[in-house]
This record gives sequence, C-alpha cells and structure tokens, in this order.
Amino acid sequence: MESKKLPVLPVSAPPEGSVPHAPLGEGCFLGETQRPKAPKLREALATIKNWFRANSLWVMAYGTGCGSIELRPLTTARFDMERFGLAMRPTPRQSNVLIISGYLAVKSLKRVIRAYEQMPSPKWVVGLGSCTINGGMYWDSYNTINQLDLYLPVDTYIAGCMPRPEALLAGFGYLMEKIKKGEANGWHHYLENLDWYKENQKKVITAWDLPDYNW
Amino acid sequence: MPLATKILWSIVGVFGALAYGLAIGGVIRKVMARIQGRIGPPVWQPYIDLGKNLSLRTATHHGVMSFIAPIFRAAGGIGVFLLVPVVIGVPALENFSFSGDLLMVMYFIFFGSLGMALGAAEAGHPHSPIGISRGLAQMSSYELPFALAVVALAAQAGSFSIREIILAQQGGWLHWNLFANPLAAAAAFLAFLGMNMYAPFNIVGAPQEIPVGPPTEFNSQFLSLLMVGRATFAVAKIVLYMDLFLGGAHSLPEALVKTFLIYFWSIFVGAVFPRFRTEQSIRFFLGWPTLAGIAGVLLVIFSH
Repeated sequence: MESKKLPVLPVSAPPEGSVPHAPLGEGCFLGETQRPKAPKLREALATIKNWFRANSLWVMAYGTGCGSIELRPLTTARFDMERFGLAMRPTPRQSNVLIISGYLAVKSLKRVIRAYEQMPSPKWVVGLGSCTINGGMYWDSYNTINQLDLYLPVDTYIAGCMPRPEALLAGFGYLMEKIKKGEANGWHHYLENLDWYKENQKKVITAWDLPDYNW
Repeated sequence: MPLATKILWSIVGVFGALAYGLAIGGVIRKVMARIQGRIGPPVWQPYIDLGKNLSLRTATHHGVMSFIAPIFRAAGGIGVFLLVPVVIGVPALENFSFSGDLLMVMYFIFFGSLGMALGAAEAGHPHSPIGISRGLAQMSSYELPFALAVVALAAQAGSFSIREIILAQQGGWLHWNLFANPLAAAAAFLAFLGMNMYAPFNIVGAPQEIPVGPPTEFNSQFLSLLMVGRATFAVAKIVLYMDLFLGGAHSLPEALVKTFLIYFWSIFVGAVFPRFRTEQSIRFFLGWPTLAGIAGVLLVIFSH
C-alpha cells in the first residue's frame, strides 16, 4: 500500500485557549476552545459536560469487518453494555462513537468517512482488532487499508484478532476515562488537520465523489 | 390564587413533570433489562442522556421546519400537561383547567405529532417519512376508540371539563369510570397502548426495521428537546387517564402511584409481545377497541 510512506501525525490535545485553524469557515464548531472567556468557569463546565458525554456513549451500529460479530454479544444478558450507559444508535446523527470493527475495505472507508463527518462533535473513533492497527491478517490485501489513523483520528485501539467482548468493555472503560480527563480530542485533531486527512483519503479512494465535508 | 402565582406553579409543574417523565423512562429501561435477564442501566440514565445531548454541538441544519419540529413536539407535551389537573383540591397543582379543556387536550395530543411530521419530512432521510406515515396512520386509528371513550365519559358526567369528570367520580373506588363505565375504559386503555407506542404497537420507532423512524436526522439539542417533549407528554397522558378513569388524585403520592400503575400497563404488555405490522395495528384498533367504545357510548345513552 502506498499509504505506508505517509508521515504519521501524533494525536494531541488542542492548545489551551487558541482558536484552531478552521478550514470549514463559520459552520465549523470546535467546541469550547472558541470562547476564551472566564477560564475557570469554562473548565468546570467542560468537566461536567465531559462527565455527561462519557457516561452516555451512543455507539454507531455499523460493522465494517468480522469484528462486528464481537459487538453483538455486548447487548445480551451476558455482557450487557447498557450498564455503562452504552447504547447502539442506528443513525450517525445520534451517535458519539464510531467503531471500526476489523478490516476496513476501501469501499467501506468511503461510507465510514461519510458517517463519521455526519456525527455531531465531540465524537470518537475506536479501532477494533489488529486490522485497524497494521492490517492484521489482511496486511497484503489489495482492497483494505492497513493503518486506520491515516484516514480517521482514532481515540482508542482494542488489539486482538478478535478481541473478546470483555476486551471491548475494557476498551470502552479506557475511552470513558480518557473523555472524562478531556484527552479524547481526535475529532478536534481531524478538523485541525483536515487537509492532511483528506489528502490521505483521496489517495486510496480513487473514485472520489464525496463533498469536501459531509455535513 | 393570583394569576402570577398560578403561572409560577405551572412552571414548577412542567419541570416536575419532566423530572418524573425522565425517571419513568429510566425505570422502564431497568424493568425491560431485568425481564431480559440483564442488569440494565442506572435509573437516572435518561438524565445523563439528556445532559449528554445538551453538551453536543452541531452545525447541521435541514431547514426551518426541522428546527421548529422539536419545539412543536415539546409544546404538544407541555400544552397537554398544562390543561390537565394533577391533584384535585390543591389549586397549585390543578393547572389551567377550564370548562372545555377535554376538547383542547384532544387537539393537543395530535398537535405535537403533526409538527413533528412536517419537520421530519424536511430532514430528507427516507426513514423519517416512513415512520411518520406509520405513526399518523396508527394515530388516526387509535384516536377513534379514544374519542368514543371520551365522548362516553363526557355524556356520563354531562360536561367536557376534566374537573367535572373527576368530581363526578368521587365517593369510593367503585365510582371510578374504570368500573362505572368499563366498556369506555376498555376502549381507552387499549387506545393507550397505541398512544404509548411500545410493543406490539411500536411501528413508528420500529427497531431493526426503520431504525429510529421520525427522529433519524435529529441530533444534539434537537434530540434533547424531543426527549423533553416525550417525557412531559408521557406524564400528561397518564395524568389525563388518571383523571378520566381512576377518579383523579387528592394528594401527590396518590397521583404518583396511580400514574405509575397506568404507565406500566403498557410496559408489561410491551414486554411480552412482538411488533404488529402497520395494517395489523390499524385493523386491531378499528376492531374490538372501537366496538367497545361504541358500546360504552350506547351504555351511557340508554342508562341515563
């Protein structure tokens, strides 16, 4: 894959108080960083908001690869993800977490980008299985991507082939802790480096017929 | 009671109804989880969901009507609640009950869904109009037994005022319309199953089918406003049913117990039934519930 030669940007927290580069103009909401008034109050409010966000994660019910088979048991009596406020939502407009469950075909990548950009901010991506990290057993396949974070900002990886539902729950727990600390800012990174992400996406999606940003 | 105090109490009442409606939603999720052998979410999960939706940001818009639709929905719920007396004898909790309020309530029950229909259609997702057309079809069919039951009660009490209907039921539980006119009560309580849209009548949301139906394209603040409308509307409906069939309430605890029991009638039915198809649902409401409603009206006419 030609994507291997691209440099990898580290996912970092947005600089405090700065107005980030907004490639999308007025319509682009980058959260609290746009209003630098009353920092103490803003910080307290952000903590409360992050607590709400972390305890009510709605997961986009969309499976890309074989890993989605491990998502289904989470709703059953044995694993019961609803205990932690996790719920499946069938529409990107109401989801907060996008799980890339296993290998991601280039054809699916187009749909995933579309779904991801339609989700309201803040939003998080979970890479499930080794396929999202280095391609896994599909590393030399002609139509799957090998490294997910070249195309979408990943907040948490859950390694394994396949990870068990327990591992998934642990991964969600890790993501929730990260959100509560305000460290899960992949969505912010995506908007800041949109040009870089779009360049990468267009390199693998040859028949590019998407708009610049899917509202 | 001066009007300003009354308005203040109504605002308190609306927030109380919202809190109660959300809590009921949490208890429902817990009960359904226990029935399925799960632990289930905490009872306060709907509050967290509401707070979460309020702390999301979006720049998406689909047009004017899709902005207004959640407001219509919430206004429908709050409108019904403000017209229905919650506790009789306590002026602060009697809301704005007047002589023709039952007709007004009947209108307001439809109002929210019509606004929602316009907004959801504008959002443009194909699942929204499908859900809306199913919802309005089901609504038209359950309105018939419900309206017949209401007409029977109004004829029985000789008034279209909810307050008068409550006062006509005083003097022991056998005077409640549930027992005084069991046919009208049967029609109305079967219509209630459709009104609440739990299984077997959950054809509007229809999980796994048209995933969430009408609110498919609504997110963040719009969705939280829809949640507010849903919670207050649920409380308004059960308070209305308590007033019409269970003799109203003389104290707040009594109101809580009665409304809780009324709501859980539809939950327990929903827990054990799969989903009807649209035409089955409509056929159901135009069958036995409507016949019971007509019989209820005839009972009143011939026994007076």
